[in-house]
Order: sequence, then structure tokens, then C-alpha cells
Amino acid sequence: MATATKTETFVGKRVRRREDPRLITGTATYVEDIQMPGMHYAVILRSPHAAARIRAVNTKEAEAAPGVVCVFTGKDTKGVGAVPCGIVMPDLRVPQHTILATDRVYFVGHPVAVVVARDRYLARDAMDLIEVDYEALPAVADPEKALEKGAPAVHPQWPDNVAFTYHQDGGNVDKAFAEADVVVKQRITSQRLVPMAIETRGVVAEWRGADRQLNLYTSTQIPHLVRTLVAGMLGLEENRMRVIAPEVGGGFGSKLNVYAEEALMGYVSMKIQKPVQWIESRRENFTSTIHGRGHVDYYELAAKRDGTILGIKLKLIQDVGAYHQLLTPLIPQLSVLMMPGIYNTQNIRADIVGVFTNCVPTDAYRGAGRPEATHGIERMVDLLAAELKMDAAEIRFKNFVTKENFPYPTATGLMYDSGDYATPLNKALDLVGYVKLRQEQADLRQQGRYMGIGISTYGEICAIGPSAATPAGGWESATVKIEPSGKVTIMTGACPHGQGEETTFAQIAADELGVGLDDVVVIRGDTAVVQYGIGTFGSRATAVGGTALYYALQDLKEKIKKFGAMLLESEDVALVGGQVVDNKSGNSKSFQEVAGATYRALKLPPNTEPGLVATRFWEPPNFTFPFGAHIVVTDIDNETGQVKIRRYVAVDDCGNILNPLIVDGQVHGGVAQGLGQALWEQAVYDDNGQLITGELMDYALPRAHLMPWIESHHTCTPSPVNPLGVKGVGEAGTIGCSPAVVNSVVDALSPLGVKHIDMPLTPEKIWKILATKN
Amino acid sequence: MNIHLTINGKRYSEDVEPRLLLIHFLRDVAGLTGTHVGCETSLCGACTVELNGKAIKSCTMFAVQANGAEIVTVEGLATDGKLDPVQEAFWNEHGLQCGFCTPGMIMASKQILDRNPSPSEDEIRHGLEGNVCRCTGYQHIVNAVKAAAAGAGK
Repeated sequence: MATATKTETFVGKRVRRREDPRLITGTATYVEDIQMPGMHYAVILRSPHAAARIRAVNTKEAEAAPGVVCVFTGKDTKGVGAVPCGIVMPDLRVPQHTILATDRVYFVGHPVAVVVARDRYLARDAMDLIEVDYEALPAVADPEKALEKGAPAVHPQWPDNVAFTYHQDGGNVDKAFAEADVVVKQRITSQRLVPMAIETRGVVAEWRGADRQLNLYTSTQIPHLVRTLVAGMLGLEENRMRVIAPEVGGGFGSKLNVYAEEALMGYVSMKIQKPVQWIESRRENFTSTIHGRGHVDYYELAAKRDGTILGIKLKLIQDVGAYHQLLTPLIPQLSVLMMPGIYNTQNIRADIVGVFTNCVPTDAYRGAGRPEATHGIERMVDLLAAELKMDAAEIRFKNFVTKENFPYPTATGLMYDSGDYATPLNKALDLVGYVKLRQEQADLRQQGRYMGIGISTYGEICAIGPSAATPAGGWESATVKIEPSGKVTIMTGACPHGQGEETTFAQIAADELGVGLDDVVVIRGDTAVVQYGIGTFGSRATAVGGTALYYALQDLKEKIKKFGAMLLESEDVALVGGQVVDNKSGNSKSFQEVAGATYRALKLPPNTEPGLVATRFWEPPNFTFPFGAHIVVTDIDNETGQVKIRRYVAVDDCGNILNPLIVDGQVHGGVAQGLGQALWEQAVYDDNGQLITGELMDYALPRAHLMPWIESHHTCTPSPVNPLGVKGVGEAGTIGCSPAVVNSVVDALSPLGVKHIDMPLTPEKIWKILATKN
Repeated sequence: MNIHLTINGKRYSEDVEPRLLLIHFLRDVAGLTGTHVGCETSLCGACTVELNGKAIKSCTMFAVQANGAEIVTVEGLATDGKLDPVQEAFWNEHGLQCGFCTPGMIMASKQILDRNPSPSEDEIRHGLEGNVCRCTGYQHIVNAVKAAAAGAGK
């Protein structure tokens, strides 16, 4: 079929997704769907104790069980390198994180042994036959308790449980506080959450001994980084390893990591010389995949009586868990970078203490540090407004960085790229009917009914990011290959897993080249096919990966024009609607004709090689900084304490929008996760370090009937950082949401003297407030 | 135990362990991997299939309990390459992102419409209570079910 030529454009349109046909017909291939001849199945025995000494592990009976091929413990895997922490800091304490426990376990879920059998049921049966002699030790699960003198030491070599500290000063915070008319203080927590991708993690490892080749299929957001790091753990040359992220069923940061099981399955396959599959159970997902958040924040905010914010102090306690995973110590630093929000204050001081606890490690979960920071500053601004008896919208308008002041250098060392913060707030206030609502609220209060209006005006750090500011390189790559037939193949280093770049990248390429969407195929997630890449996280895939694609397309357009000019014997040609056109004569050559000529190579333009392939690694000069305003209207049920969301208005500015359908989907999903944190979700450990919300029965996820209708709107302030003008939208909903909800409920209950409530705002918590204060 | 059942119109007669879960029969014995395991406890709904006309969670049912049953999975919806209206609506309305919950979500949505061809938004949302999606915030899924209902009424 000929390559389509057209004048129709696709960028900016609600194009339905090109990845969907396989997903709606059940024909996509996730890790668990991979079958291979001779496949074996692994299950992992995990610690039931939060802290214990391992006296002995007896695997004899399990090894003799039907179907079992082998059982490995920490003694066997001592030669495998440690699970890596990718962050370097001056005083970072990094415990040795072996892939299986050796002499001690540090959290419930800590892997102790792996059973390999020819059948998954038999492997599971045999797991129960392993005898582990544990000597239980005192554990600590609460980060503030872990800092107390005499608390159990998570790692005996560090009795204070301090994993790292970090200090940042900007401007003159002491002067700001000395000159303040008013200082508001609040302890604000951002509770531990379970990311809960609906596809749990899973790995298939296939060792091909004769080739010295390890193929690793893993549900990951970062296949190339997994290859580099797991090859290192296994002592395998990197070019002997291929990592494939097949269809990935959600990540939200939880698959932005390198996990023990990825190396462990490689180890097992190399030992048994057979392919092996491990699929994480949901229970394991709760106790071995990273958790998010886990903050206790102590805020102080200094201001003038007119509401002008002068400075912010933050003491941030980060619950690390038992180990550092790939980015653990980085996440609270992102909170510090984001702590001024979108307000014009140049005086900040932040002190982070990372604390070891006998819990699952924390790491990046949707928003990664920025939801916590936004929750903090947005709550503090409302507290200040309450203190000064100012309107919550008015105090924000007063303190916004104004649009004339971009690029804007922040007190935390960032340079905000572009912004117009008042516009989305004005739009949201109009949409929600703010003035009328305030009148209604006053009327309802007369009747003893509590209705709240909560505002959150947020900023984000997205399109992560310049390499100097990231631990693993902040660029992204793209290869564009125009085949001899004129068809277009894109290989991206980004690794979308639901974000839809198979569609948006095809839109970009189709418009740049003047071809049809169906002429473009996007390949991702295979280290043997894709050059190298960083991956999908931090709202970066389109802003950074899409820009790499854009520049690779520009390279090819130049080459197409060169060949077209040669074929048309012209010096003045243009690429229009998929044709190379001679501007003088109007003669043209089709895209296919030119593409074919570049490969046939009977004649070449001067200093030009055959073929039509271009690769670009694009290094962004800066992050991008999306922003927006969310307004939430809540009604409180006086009898039950239930928070009912009457209106949810989101006005997000993510720069240019390539596909409004996909952008809306990202906002909705982000808001759902923000609402989950605000109202329902929490990972609760008891004092002994047992996770008591370790099943979906106990961990309250947002469900369809609980979700409000989200009124999603946009303003558009293009980013000057990249030629697409895009900023990123994957995390906006989550970051904007939780403070809007809590501000709304606190606003509702303010007649009762309520100033702050920590998340989640469960009916029980609200009912108790009503019962004691009413 | 020997069991006979029909899946997507095809008859299966297999000797299975009594403890084999229906989801594993579908995936491992029949090779129909479109239906997914999300939680093993019937709380997420990724494993939803239709059994004798009713949507059920195949992760908490034994294959032997399905002896004699007629089952439809997501692979059985499209006929002669033509998508079922619910599949088409999920596609048009962007009712999915990562796609992992989608087969179960589509089967649950079909059940809603089988019981009530023109459900209200509230009825759709309550009908989907047993299925978790972590990506979409459900709004586009609700739109998809509405669109499928509107399309079927034409």
C-alpha cells in the first residue's frame, strides 16, 4: 500500500489510540502471558517478621517435593551484586541490600528463599515446606518513633536510624521570620501509599547458555537502566543481556526501579539453564514493591499582615523503609525543590532527615515528592488565610509569581520556564461560581450544614530533566527510520505503559513528514531494538522523548529535501503534504519515490550517505513547570462523617496539548490517585511492623462509584524549553488534587474551629471531629 | 477430574486437578491470556468473564465448578474481526490506558448493559464497583458504557 500523502494534520486532535486494538481484544502480551518451551516457575518465600535474625533455613523437604527443581537461599546468591541505590549524597548510609536475606530480615516481605518448579502450583506447595528458624527482634515502623532515643535499630550499625540528612537554604529565612507580622506553624503528614498497578510485577528470564545471552522480560518503566544495572549485579557483560518491557500494566513510579527479583530470576535461569517465570502475587505487591509518600512535615510560614508570604521553613521526616531502592533518597529532595509552590518568596530553609524503619522501602510514586510539597504549601497558604481572615483565592492572587516575571528563579535553585498562574485560578473560580458558592455556604452554615470550597493552585517540576539534575542522565532518545517503501518506524527510548505515546508520537511524525498515522509504527521497550533510553516517568516521555523524535524528524526532512532536490534537479524545494515539491516548476516527487532513491543509491547528493535513518539523543536545557488550579466543593454528612464531593473543577496548564483525549485521561487518572490519598488510601503498619492494610480488602482504592465527575479544563502557556511547547501532564492531577480536597473539608468544618486534618479524611475521622466539636 | 466446558463457542474436555482455578484453566489450558489475574481475591475484577450469561470473577472459582458451563471471555467478543460495541466504545472514548484491567472491565460493562440497556451514570458506576482501574479515574470508562448504550439503542 502506498504511503498516504495528505494535508490533514493530527497534532492537537482527539485521535483515538493506536495501542488499543490489542488491549481491548485481549491479545496484548504482558509478562505473565509469555510462554516458552521448558518454562519453570518461581515463587518466593518472604519474611513474616519485620525484624528477625535467621538462625537456620532448612530447604531439604521443599527440594524433595514433587516437581521442584531447586531451592535457593541467600547463601547461594551471595555472589550476586546488591540491589542498587542510584543516588549519591555526602552522608548517605546505604545498607547492603542483597537479593535474598542472609542472616537477618528487615521488613515483612523481605525475600528469604526462592523455589523453582516445573509447575506454579507445585512451586507454591513446596514453599510451605521450607523451615526458617527466626529469632524475632524488636521492630520500629513509625519514622518519628524510630528517631527517638532507645528505639530499635533497623540496621544495628546505625543505632540512630538516620539514613541521610539534607539541608537547603535560600535567601535569608531568619530575616524573613524576624520581620514577619505573623507566623503559622503546622505538622502535616503525607501518609504511606501503595502504588498498586493492577498488573503486579513479573519477570521471565531466559538464559541461552550457548550464546551467553540473558533475555529478561520484566514489567518495568526503565528497560535500559534495568539492563545496565542487572547485568552489573549478575556480572554479565551488558551486551549479553536483552531487556524487554512487554505490555506493562501500569507503573505510577513503582516500576521505575531495579528490583531484587529481576536479578534473582536471571540468576535462577542461568543456574537451571531453563527459562523461569515469576509473577508477583497481590499480597507480595503490598509487601515488596515500593511504597510512596511517607512524610511527616513540620512547616512554618512567615508573612506580613497583608498576606504577603515572606519565607518558609520545613523540617521533613522521610520514612525510608528498610533499604534504599533506586531513587529513595532523591524523592524528598524533589519536595524541597517544589516547596515554594508558585508563590513569590525567596526565603526558604529545609532540613530533611531520612529515617530507616522496618517497612517496605519508599520511592517514586506518581508525583514523587511534589504532591507532598504541594500539599504542604497549599495547606499552609490556607492556614495563613484563616489566620489573617483573608479569602483563600485572594491570598493566592496576592502571592503568585506574576507572568511578567518569567523565567523566574526560585529560592530553591530552579528556573520556572513560563507561567500565568492567575489565569487558571480565575477560570476555575468562574467555572465553579465561587461568589455564589460562598453565599450558599453562609446560608448552609446558618442551618448547621457544612459545605466547603477548597482551592489548590499548584506547580510541578516535569519533563525530567537536565542530566546534571538527574541521577541517570536526563536526556531521551529517538531513532526514526523511513523504510525504502516510505513507511516510518520510530524507536523511542521512552517506555510508555498506558500514556499513549504510540499514538502521540505517530501524530508528531505524521504531521512533520506529511504522511498518514497508519504509515507510522512506534517501537518501545526492547533494548535489542531501541538504541538506549532512559524511560517513562516524571511526566517526561513527550516533552523529552517527543522532542528527541522531533529533532530526528528534522534531520530526515533535510535529507529528504536533499534527495528530492537532486531528483527534481532543483535547488529550491519544500516538503509539503508528503511530497517534495520544486518551488519554481511545481514538479514533485512522492515520499516513496524519494525514500526508495535514498536506499537504491544510484546517485547521491554531495556529502550525503544512503538511507533514511536518524537518531537523536536530546538533552533538555531545563525542566518544564506545568501549573493549574483545582477547586473542590464538598458537603459533609453530619450523621456519618462522609465527605461528598459536589464539584471537582480542574484547570490545568500543561503547555501545548498534542492529544486532548489522552490529556484528559491523564488528568482523570491523576486526580483519582490524589483523591485516593486525600480520602481513602493508607498503608498502615502496626507497632510490630506488620502491614495491616496488606490486601485489597483493607486498602481502600478509588472505585467507580466513589469518584466524582471531574470537570477538566485547560489554559495554555507553551513551554519555551522544547520546540513542541509541551510541559507534561502525567502527574498534574495527583499533585493538584489532595490539597484542594483537604482545604475544602477544613473550610467546611472551619466554623467548628478546625484548622487542619491529616489525610486520609475517612468518615471515622470526620465523624469524630463532628462528635467532639459539635 | 474430567470436565467439559465451552469457551467462546469452542468445546473443551480436559482432565484437571480439582484445585485448578478457572482463571488458570482459561489462561494455561485453553491458552486464552486476555483475562488477567490482578489480585487473586476477587476484589479487582481483572479476571471477570461471563459464565452462563453472568459476569463472574474467575480467580476465585475452581475449573471443576465450571463443568458444563458456557463461558465467554474477552477474546470471544469480536466476531469476524468486527469489534463488539462495548470494545469499540472503550476505544472511541479512551476507556483504557495500560489495558490490564480492560478485559475484565469490558466484560463487566457488557453485563451492565445486558441487565439494563440504558443505565444512568450512577447505575454504571455502581455496576463497575467490583472492577478496579488505577489509570483512568473511571470517567472515560463511564463515557464508554454510555456510548455503547446509546449506540445499541440506535
